[in-house]
Amino acid sequence: MIRVVLPPHLRTLAHVSGEVVLEVQGQATLRSALDALEASYPMLRGTIRDHVTQQRRPFLRFFACSEDLSHEPPDFPLPNAVVSGDEPLLLVGAIAGG
Amino acid sequence: MSKVRVLVGTRKGAFLLSADGKREKWEVSGPHFAGWEIYHVKGSPADPNRLYASQTSGWFGQVIQRSDDGGKTWFQPGTPPGEPTTGPGGMPKGESNKFVYDTSAETGKPLTTHQFYDGTQHPWEFKRVWHLEPSHSDPDTVFAGVEDAALFRSTDGGVSWHELAGLRGHGTGPQWQPGAGGMCLHTIIQDAKNPNRIYIAISAAGAFRTDDGGKTWRPINRGLKSQYIPDPEAEVGHCVHHVAMHPSRPDVLFMQKHWDVMRSDNGGDSWREVSGDLPSDFGFVIDVHAHEPETIYVVPIKSDGEHYVPEGKLRVFRSRTGGNEWEPLTKGLPQRDCYVNVLRDAMAVDSLDSCGVYFGTTGGQVYASPDAGDSWNPIVRDLPAVLSVEVQTLP
Repeated sequence: MIRVVLPPHLRTLAHVSGEVVLEVQGQATLRSALDALEASYPMLRGTIRDHVTQQRRPFLRFFACSEDLSHEPPDFPLPNAVVSGDEPLLLVGAIAGG
Repeated sequence: MSKVRVLVGTRKGAFLLSADGKREKWEVSGPHFAGWEIYHVKGSPADPNRLYASQTSGWFGQVIQRSDDGGKTWFQPGTPPGEPTTGPGGMPKGESNKFVYDTSAETGKPLTTHQFYDGTQHPWEFKRVWHLEPSHSDPDTVFAGVEDAALFRSTDGGVSWHELAGLRGHGTGPQWQPGAGGMCLHTIIQDAKNPNRIYIAISAAGAFRTDDGGKTWRPINRGLKSQYIPDPEAEVGHCVHHVAMHPSRPDVLFMQKHWDVMRSDNGGDSWREVSGDLPSDFGFVIDVHAHEPETIYVVPIKSDGEHYVPEGKLRVFRSRTGGNEWEPLTKGLPQRDCYVNVLRDAMAVDSLDSCGVYFGTTGGQVYASPDAGDSWNPIVRDLPAVLSVEVQTLP
């Protein structure tokens, strides 16, 4: 069980409040966690990763356990504390604009 | 009694403004999609309860929203083929947000480059949908004008989108360049009598026309003169801000260019200037009276460097002669200390007997005139900056 914290606009789009809880099959990586997120909340497709390239959108960052995972490769294993559900995976929008 | 519904897109959400035919008392619904940029909302002429909205964000990309009940409820229409129509809890899927340039061998064109601000060539990159234009006859068919400039069409109610690649790939694409707002396809005009004819306009490329339903396109910019490009009379590269047409005269087009108000009487084959006695011929919006094809409206803006109305006065200018001779319309509009802009998609007309005219400002006001511009009243004064205004005339 993996906990994911979405930025507020994506929580609205996904019709959720608070954290999202996901079951991830196999090894928990950035890719598999985002795949599971988009499978459960398909309206988020394209909002976190580009529809075609699957690359992280430039104004979004990934954090967990006080570490910046934004620039790790897609198959980077998530920290044990995230896999165990003790810590959430944070999807954070860049602070810019109004 | 007839009703009107004004569809307003703003920097921070959409608003629906409703009134009866008197257009005096208004109900305001919104914000819908709060916090998101809503570039455009438009209703289907074939089914007024069918609305499409372009919801977009620099952070999270493009979302297409659809309503089948006149804006009471909204959903994303897309569903990948073969997958369940909804996610957990009945939630719709996200395929409708996918705009991919067509590079297929069968129908597509190679994804080449266009000119960037600095004159270098730059790859085409999808950014957002600027304008949604539903078909006159089929609620499920809708065109989307996007940035970087291309035309897409959905024939399944917005579930999936396919590029009409003949436009981007017709040959002049490498000479197109972005304006300050991006390289956007912002105007889509269908000829109701001839579905094979469509006009579109792009900043900064110019106007284009298809006569075969979107397969092939050609530039229609002869007569435009733009001093800010190396060849002022080039085939493409003109910063067209908006084009309007009266449905009864599909060969007559009116254009607000970056500078200059222009007119064509032959479907865009040639243009002549009709700026006449306007205080400034820079501006963004242009529209045509619903019942008088020679009556047109513009809102002059001071200059390309100062995007606000001249002299601190918000004035709509009306020509009853198809251009050249203009009268200021000021009753009910601020005539001092006003420094707003009116963006290219932020004016619309209704089709009631006494034609209503509507426009929105970057200061968040939406003004309505129930008497063809003679007098104005604000429907709302304090919305986020208005990006687009459309109106539906309802039975």
